[in-house]
Amino acid sequence: MKSRLSTLLLIVALPAMADSLPLPKDTPASYRSECGSCHLPFHPALLAASDWQQTLNQLDQHFGSDAAVDRKTRQEISPFLERYAGDPARLGWAGNPPRLTQTSRFIRKHREIPAKTWNDPRIKSATNCEACHRNAASGRFSEHEISIPGQGK
Amino acid sequence: MRTHIALCLLAVSSITLAETPPQIRQAYTAEAMATDKNFSASAKRGETLFRQRFAINDKMPACTTCHTDNPAATGKHAITGKDIKPLAAQANTERFSDPAKVEKWFGRNCREVVGRLCTPAEKADVVAYLSEVR
Repeated sequence: MKSRLSTLLLIVALPAMADSLPLPKDTPASYRSECGSCHLPFHPALLAASDWQQTLNQLDQHFGSDAAVDRKTRQEISPFLERYAGDPARLGWAGNPPRLTQTSRFIRKHREIPAKTWNDPRIKSATNCEACHRNAASGRFSEHEISIPGQGK
Repeated sequence: MRTHIALCLLAVSSITLAETPPQIRQAYTAEAMATDKNFSASAKRGETLFRQRFAINDKMPACTTCHTDNPAATGKHAITGKDIKPLAAQANTERFSDPAKVEKWFGRNCREVVGRLCTPAEKADVVAYLSEVR
C-alpha cells in the first residue's frame, strides 16, 4: 500500500518537477535576439507574469544595463511572456527588482550548491545557466546533464 | 502567379537585407565624410579604440573586458558569464551583416563602456579593424 502511494505521489509530482523547459515553438524571434544576447533567453515559466511586466517596465535600467526595446518588439515579447509565465504560488517571491534566480523555487533547487561554486569565475553569475546545465539552451535542466566546473558531474 | 511574384520579391528583399562588412564600413565612412570630407577609415585607430581602457564602468572598463584581447576569440559577458561569439568577421561570418544590429550594439556598448555615443568615424574605424583582424 505504501509503495503504491509513493508511486502515485511520484506520478503526480513528476510534471511539477519538470526539468525540461524548451522555449515554446511560438517564441518570437525578437525575444531570442533581444533577451538572449547577454544571457540565455529564459523560459517565461521561470518568473510570474507580474514580475515579467515589472521587468519589461524597467528595461532601460536592467541590472545596470540599458536593455530597452522598441515598441514593436515589446508588443511581441509582452504577450508571449504573459502567456507562458509561471505560477506565482509555486515560484515564490522573486524580489525587487524581480530576479528569477531569487525565486524560492530556484533557491530550493540550488540549495546544495556552496557559495564557493557560485563564485567560480567560470560560472560568474547564477544567471549563467549554461555553466553547469550544459544543455540549458535547449531547455534541458535534468540532473543527469549537470557538469559543475571544477567538480564534474 | 501572384504568390510567385510575392516569393520573388521576398527573395530579393532578403538578399538586400544582408550586408557585408565593407558595406557597413562604407556606410559609416560616408556618414563621417559629411563632417570631414578627407576622412578614411583606419583599422589601426579602430584597434586603439578597441583596446582603450575607458574605466567609466567598473564592471566593463574596456571593450576587451567582455570581448577579450583577441577579437577572433569567443568572449564572455562580464556580468552574466554568457559566451559571446567572436567579433572578428574572419572568425564569425554573422558579424557586420545586419546594419540595424551593428547600430544597436554600438549604441549600447558605447554608452555603457565609452560613456557616450561613438561618432560615425569611430564606428568606421572599429568596423575596419574587426573586418581585417585575423
